[in-house]
Amino acid sequence: MALVKYNNNSISAITAASSLTSGAMTLIKEQTASSSATISFVDGTSDVVLDSTYPIYLFKFINVHPATDSVHFQVNFRDGGSSYDATKTSSVFEAYHLESDDSSLAYKASNDLAQSTGVQRITSNIGNDNDQCGCGELWLFNPSSTTFVKHFIVRSVHYGNPEVYVEDYYAAGYCNVTAAIDAAQFSMSSGNIDSGTIKLYGIKDS
Amino acid sequence: MAINVANNNSLASITALPSAVSGGAMTLLETQTASSSSTISFTSGIDDTYDEYVFKYYNVHPSADGTHLQVGFRDGSTAYDATMTTTFFRAGHAEDDGETYLAYRTDSDLAQSTSAQRLGIFIGSDNDQCCSGELKLFNPSSTTFVKHFIARTSNTYYVDYHQDEYIAGYCNVTAAIDGVQFAMNSGNIDAGTFKLYGVS
Repeated sequence: MALVKYNNNSISAITAASSLTSGAMTLIKEQTASSSATISFVDGTSDVVLDSTYPIYLFKFINVHPATDSVHFQVNFRDGGSSYDATKTSSVFEAYHLESDDSSLAYKASNDLAQSTGVQRITSNIGNDNDQCGCGELWLFNPSSTTFVKHFIVRSVHYGNPEVYVEDYYAAGYCNVTAAIDAAQFSMSSGNIDSGTIKLYGIKDS
Repeated sequence: MAINVANNNSLASITALPSAVSGGAMTLLETQTASSSSTISFTSGIDDTYDEYVFKYYNVHPSADGTHLQVGFRDGSTAYDATMTTTFFRAGHAEDDGETYLAYRTDSDLAQSTSAQRLGIFIGSDNDQCCSGELKLFNPSSTTFVKHFIARTSNTYYVDYHQDEYIAGYCNVTAAIDGVQFAMNSGNIDAGTFKLYGVS
């Protein structure tokens, strides 16, 4: 066996560490929007893993800035075909607070889905002023199951227009399919994703 | 250079791993323990290294009964006074089962204010009472966008209720946020642990 020597207190030439603990949360893929109509994470494409490797997947979206004012950031899921049209039922509620000091906590019927193949809104109306954007996270549970529906939960926060407000946004639901979910696609309800970072993580169960 | 040797199949004195070996996406940057502390401040390590920072706070016990754990953000000066607009709502349940509620709380949000944001309200100071939760701060180094944050706190309300508290907002500044400070609105943080993580 060749002798592997230490290199200034780091370890060089190591390519695998099967018995080392590497943390339960692994960054799989990061994508940066730049006037993008869609940002897609497709299992098996561009180093994306979205299969039975992990039981839980986490998307984080950071500083998502729309090209068009007052539009929704949204997601859809692919369940076997080439289309992002998995049937979904979901619930949404939100708290908002205007900079002018009006506030509310309420269910948001306009953003939920009932057995719909349409997109799921994961923010409300993000403004497109230069400093406006949205951030948040989406958890997708066991997308590779061919037995159960596929649950997801979302929490996001954004700087909204036209009323100028902050919104704390909650969505949850399930893809009502037993086919595996093997891809997710993000977009705006109108216009492009002008800029923003979307990351996909895998969460280990052992 | 001294030769380091393997130690019973572990490796001693190693301070860095090669890029091929992942250390995980979440890195513990700092831990602070409160002990009759007027403030707990994180003054370094919040920069463009990570685009998300997570604070975990647990067993936060106030010295004064019925006081609030709160947070302020530093946006370039020495003061933790970044302008914020925020939301605050909570679910509550009395230990005697006599009341439950879910409602927005207008006295705990901020509208373009430089005051501190409440993360836990009316925390009890009985020996066993405290609050725990997490605060996520997105991309604090941006000099283009406002800085969003979300938080959730589980709290022992001083009148023997549990409260599940949800907070979100933005620092309405384009200057980078480079420091975060926790405090009670009155009295000290008698005890508690605060941890800062970077998410790669």
